[in-house]
Amino acid sequence: MINAILGGVLIGLSVSLMLLFNGRVTGISGIVAGIMRLDKNDISWRAAFILGLVFGGFLLKAFYPQSLMQISSSGTGDYIFAGLLVGFGTVLGNGCTSGHGVCGISRFSVRSILSTVTFIFFGILSVIAYKALRGEL
Amino acid sequence: MKTIIAFIVGLLFALGLGFSGMTQIQTVKGFLDILGSWNPALMGVMIGAIGIHSILFHLIKKRGTPLLDTKFHLPTRNDIDKKLLIGAALFGIGWGWGGICPGPGIVAATSGEFKHDCIRCLNARRDADS
Repeated sequence: MINAILGGVLIGLSVSLMLLFNGRVTGISGIVAGIMRLDKNDISWRAAFILGLVFGGFLLKAFYPQSLMQISSSGTGDYIFAGLLVGFGTVLGNGCTSGHGVCGISRFSVRSILSTVTFIFFGILSVIAYKALRGEL
Repeated sequence: MKTIIAFIVGLLFALGLGFSGMTQIQTVKGFLDILGSWNPALMGVMIGAIGIHSILFHLIKKRGTPLLDTKFHLPTRNDIDKKLLIGAALFGIGWGWGGICPGPGIVAATSGEFKHDCIRCLNARRDADS
């Protein structure tokens, strides 16, 4: 639990740096979706952020490999289904766990608080449905 | 300069996710699995992140402008519409089903496990066919 809180503090500091220097919200789905607009003046910081995430992944793989997920290929269909919903839902709802969950709630945004409550609620239902379908409940 | 900052923010964010266990599907699903063995780690991450950022956000906002830009690019809407709620619901369903949201998904994509699994899967198919 202490690791989780410290990791969270690091996330909080990183999004604060983004705001202090660049004046931007660190919402990952929004940053990725913004790349798709291919706006020349806007694309480089977005791409650099994604590269930073990827580079961080390589560092984790090198120095803390047990932190990375093991995805089994048996669930490829499930991941495609989940990925489509995550992509479509975050663009429609203007944000995900980072943009609404961390940045928005810290701003005390009503939209973000409501969004976070909603996606956690449906996330809970989804896990229950996932387990029920497999007879794991 | 803005590009370098964005890279550093991405890097620190990824390390925060990895350190807190959020790059593991089991951690995320464990938080949402309130009927099973509940794992509060995701709540700890949110408490840590929001705790720090809610304080720093208000201090930074008081400056008036960011260091490298002429203004803050912050969302201004505060209306609640159907798109917000339907989008969040769809995202939540996908998030719970796969246990992956956009940040950890990008960070863990570099782990290569998925690629190895695909290769193993293809090999298994080939062996089964022959």
